[in-house]
Amino acid sequence: MVVGPDASISDQVPVGQPPAEAEGPQKAIEGRSLGQIAWRRLKRDKAAMAGGIVIILLILIAIFAPLIVNAWGYDPNSFHQETMDPATQAPTSTFPFGSFDPKHLMGVEPPFGRDIFSRVLYGARISLLIAFLATLLSVIIGATLGVIAGYLGGWVDWVISRAMDLFLAFPILVFAIALAGVIPDKAFGLSGDTLRIVLLIFIIGFFNWGYMARIVRGQTLSLREREFVDAARSLGARSGYILRKELLPNLVAPILIYATLLIPTNILFEAGLSFLGVGIRPPTATWGGMLSEAVRYYTMPHFMFWPGLAIFITVLAFNLFGDGLRDALDPKTR
Amino acid sequence: MTESTAGESVATQTPTKEALLSAQGLQKHFPITKGLLKRQVAAVKAVDGIDFDVYKGETLGLVGESGCGKSTTGRLITRLAEPTAGKIMFDGKDISHLGTGAMRPFRRDMQMIFQDPFSSLNPRHTVGTIVGAPFHIQGVKTPHGVKRAVQDLLKLVGLNPEHYNRYPHEFSGGQRQRIGIARTLALKPKLIIADEPVSALDVSIQAQVVNLLEDLQNELGLTYVVIAHDLSVVRHISDRVAVMYLGKIVEIADRESLYSNPRHPYTVALMSAVPVPNPRRREANQRQRVLLTGDVPSPIDPPTGCRFRTRCWKAQDICATTEPPLVVREGDAPGHQTACHFPVADNEEVAGRTAAA
Repeated sequence: MVVGPDASISDQVPVGQPPAEAEGPQKAIEGRSLGQIAWRRLKRDKAAMAGGIVIILLILIAIFAPLIVNAWGYDPNSFHQETMDPATQAPTSTFPFGSFDPKHLMGVEPPFGRDIFSRVLYGARISLLIAFLATLLSVIIGATLGVIAGYLGGWVDWVISRAMDLFLAFPILVFAIALAGVIPDKAFGLSGDTLRIVLLIFIIGFFNWGYMARIVRGQTLSLREREFVDAARSLGARSGYILRKELLPNLVAPILIYATLLIPTNILFEAGLSFLGVGIRPPTATWGGMLSEAVRYYTMPHFMFWPGLAIFITVLAFNLFGDGLRDALDPKTR
Repeated sequence: MTESTAGESVATQTPTKEALLSAQGLQKHFPITKGLLKRQVAAVKAVDGIDFDVYKGETLGLVGESGCGKSTTGRLITRLAEPTAGKIMFDGKDISHLGTGAMRPFRRDMQMIFQDPFSSLNPRHTVGTIVGAPFHIQGVKTPHGVKRAVQDLLKLVGLNPEHYNRYPHEFSGGQRQRIGIARTLALKPKLIIADEPVSALDVSIQAQVVNLLEDLQNELGLTYVVIAHDLSVVRHISDRVAVMYLGKIVEIADRESLYSNPRHPYTVALMSAVPVPNPRRREANQRQRVLLTGDVPSPIDPPTGCRFRTRCWKAQDICATTEPPLVVREGDAPGHQTACHFPVADNEEVAGRTAAA
């Protein structure tokens, strides 16, 4: 009777005058979701869009680095001793800073004359891979534990919150340096760079989930008190349904925002570890490792310039995009 | 409430008057804990032993000022909160301590309308998802599919069914409340608990929603428990009214009986707070406000005996020692129960009345 086709029709929809047909060929009413509105806002934000484009370019560069290097440059680890002056260990190129040479776009590295251009491209692969996967790990652990702590409360919340405190207080840098010394070249069926990359992803991701969990927990605490959660409960919904269908869609925005702001932090952290020599080991090209090697040639600071610029642009792009995303998804904070 | 006194007089005229919902000695105490071990040091006695029946097809209004336990009562009835003590009977079955799973079948027959239409609809869901959620959660099959059922519901509450794909933020407060009402109607419940259904709406919209609720009641034979602090709304919609003060029901009666002849001093004070828009009528009726002094005492440590005695102009020694029972007082209509040792008489000069400024 309630939902029958003859259910009483209100004043807004007078009987005998079906509104849908009357409007004829007009297109059906489509609601704009909050996501679509956010996308419109984001498109208007020039800085964020620039950041987004740079990020996409960086990802493409990282993916297609071998192709680009094949077509344009040299293998990142091959030596070009002929370009170096054996006496001074400086590039013999006459181009300013040894760069902008049509043969070696960003010049060559002392003392072996490795091509900086291809090393920067290959460094992007390591940096982005580690930063993305470590962030993903933090997001998965942090969001899951955060939403559980916030929703269930009580002793579960207490245990998870104390674990968060523990991880936030953890001297992660000291731990990373110590771990790098202990880990052998072969472990867990992995070896060499693969092992190091997995290890870095684990260290950075596993020790960073605390921030994510805190943000998600806080959001969940406030969402839990909203009446739509009570409405779902009064319909007989189970906790799993409320978490997945009611709470999670509202948490996507803060998770996404924090993830895009966590990525540049992780890039910097990976570069820092590689700089300290506890990240990826040479000769594999990483931005941090290149900086570290360039330090020895401080009289020729242009060797530091290119990897430094790469880190700077990447971090800036992610931060601009993340800020724009936050403004677009959460206009109240503007 | 003692069933016999309420039912007796009217039983002859309407033999179908049976209780759909019955609360007996219902209590909700929120513990206050202290220290690392969460030792309980006290309790907020939000609802402290109330009895009432809701009869099939009627509307029971629940009024009282903020913090008197109206909303907690609503949450106890719908079992969004676990009662500390007492019994809730719904349709003859005890639902006081059922778990989520055991409660599920009862949820179909008992739904809730929420106070704030800006908080009760998930901003990430379309209207179709929101109104269709009851079907999904309860696993109810609809003859022509969920979409058709939702659109019929939207029509029923006076919304354009074409708005199926829209999001809550595209609607006004009144429209949002209609969406919430459509959701509560989806499972064809017998009882609807409306927790301040119009207090968050514009005054101009309130009447629309109240009238919609009344129309739906006539059409679908619904039973309502309407929680409100707006006395004129309650007067408009209710068949019977219960007045709450500090976790207790102080007076319960048929609407006419309560509004024409309030017996409890608190009810008298509450009634006098209703503004009369016409100043001439205000003077003609000699309506003067009863200004209560002081604040509502803390529900953590309520006064002994009668809870209203600390603010009552008629309080005597007995009020501090003996809690007045909620019974029919001399000369009142059957079903008009008052919890007061010295109920206010009809032509009584009320002390503490001051001329309205």
